[in-house]
Amino acid sequence: MAEVSGEAPLQVSVVAADHEVWSGGARQVIAKTTEGEIGILRGHEPLLAILAEGEVRVTLVDGNRIVAQADEGFLSVENDRVTIVARAAELVS
Amino acid sequence: MAAQLRVYRQKIKSAQTTKKITRAMELISASRIQKAQARVAASSPYARAVTRAVSAVATYSNVDHILTTEPEKVERALVVVFASDRGLAGAFSSSVLKESEQLTTLLRSEGKEVDYFVVGRKAAAYFAFRKRAALRTWTGGTDQPTFEVAKEIGDALVEIFVKDAAEGGVDEIHIVYNRFVSMVSQVPEIVRLLPLEVVEEMETPGPTEVLPLYEFEPEVGDVLDALLPVYIESRIFNAMLQSAASEHAARQRAMKSASDNADKLIRDYTRLANNARQSEITQQISEIVGGADALTPSR
Repeated sequence: MAEVSGEAPLQVSVVAADHEVWSGGARQVIAKTTEGEIGILRGHEPLLAILAEGEVRVTLVDGNRIVAQADEGFLSVENDRVTIVARAAELVS
Repeated sequence: MAAQLRVYRQKIKSAQTTKKITRAMELISASRIQKAQARVAASSPYARAVTRAVSAVATYSNVDHILTTEPEKVERALVVVFASDRGLAGAFSSSVLKESEQLTTLLRSEGKEVDYFVVGRKAAAYFAFRKRAALRTWTGGTDQPTFEVAKEIGDALVEIFVKDAAEGGVDEIHIVYNRFVSMVSQVPEIVRLLPLEVVEEMETPGPTEVLPLYEFEPEVGDVLDALLPVYIESRIFNAMLQSAASEHAARQRAMKSASDNADKLIRDYTRLANNARQSEITQQISEIVGGADALTPSR
C-alpha cells in the first residue's frame, strides 16, 4: 500500500540519549523486539515494544535502506509516527 | 611616605593579576554555556519520547508496579543533591545545599529518616565537613556530565528503591538541582522522582491530543519494568545537564562581577597611590625650601 504515491509516509525518528540520530519519512520499519521481529507499515496500531539488542532496518520512501543499531531501547508507534528510542543508537549504514 | 606608596602599588598589582584570572574564567564559562545549553536541547527528544511512553503506560494500564505505587508508610527518604565540582560559581552550590537542608527538615518533621546521594565535590565536602555520611558520592565531571554517570546513578537509585526498608532501602527519592532558566536566572528545584508522578508541564500532551490505546509487547508489566529505569536515567541525565548549564552561567556571572570589582579596586588604589606620590613630592619640596631658609643667614 505504501507504493501508492501521494500517501504520507511513516514519520520515523531514531533517538539516542544525548542526540537525535536520524529522522525522516519511511515506507517500512523492521525491528527486533523481545518477542521477535516486527514489521511496521502505515496504519499500524499504536504499539509500545521493548527492543531486543539488534538492528532496526528502515526502508525509505525512495527504496533506499538505512540500518540503525539500537541497544536497550524501545519502539513506539502511533498515528504513523515511529519512534525508536535507545540509550545508545547509531546509524550503521 | 614612600612605604605607603609601595603598599598601594602592591595592591594594584595584585588586583590586576586577580582580574586576569577572573576574566579568563568568565570567558571560558561564557563559551561553555552555549555548549551546555546545546546538550540540554540535544537530549530533549529522548526525554520527550521516554516521558511520553511512560505516561502512556501509566495512563492506560492499571498494573501495580513497585516504582509507581505509593507506599503506605514512608520510613526513609533519599535525597539526591546535584552540586558542582569547583567553587567560584557564586551561590550555585550553596543554594542547592540550602534547598536540600530545607527539604531534609521537612522530611524529618514528617517522621522520615533521610539519606543522601551526592553529586559534585562541593556537596561531598559539605557533607564530609558536617560528618554526615552520604550513601554514595559521585565527583568529577559535573560541568560536562556523561550519560554513563547518569545511568550509574539511575541504577543505584532503582536498586536502593526496590530494597526493603529493613535492609536499608528507601521509600521515596527526591532530587535537588539547579534548573537553568536563563543566563541570569538559575533556580534550585526539588523534584520527587520516586514513586513516580508523571507530571511534566511541557511534555504532557495537550487536552486535544489524546494518547492512543497502545498495544504492549511483551506484557504491560514487562514494558513498565524496562521503561521506568530508562525514565529515571533520563530524568537524572536531564538534571545533570541542567545543573551543568546553570553552573557555567553562575560562574560566568560570579566571575564577571569579580572582574568588575577588581577594576574598581584598581581605580581606587591608583587614585590613592597618586595622592600619596603627590603628597610625598609636596613634602620633599617644603623640606628643601624649609632647609634652604634655615641655612640662609638672616639679615
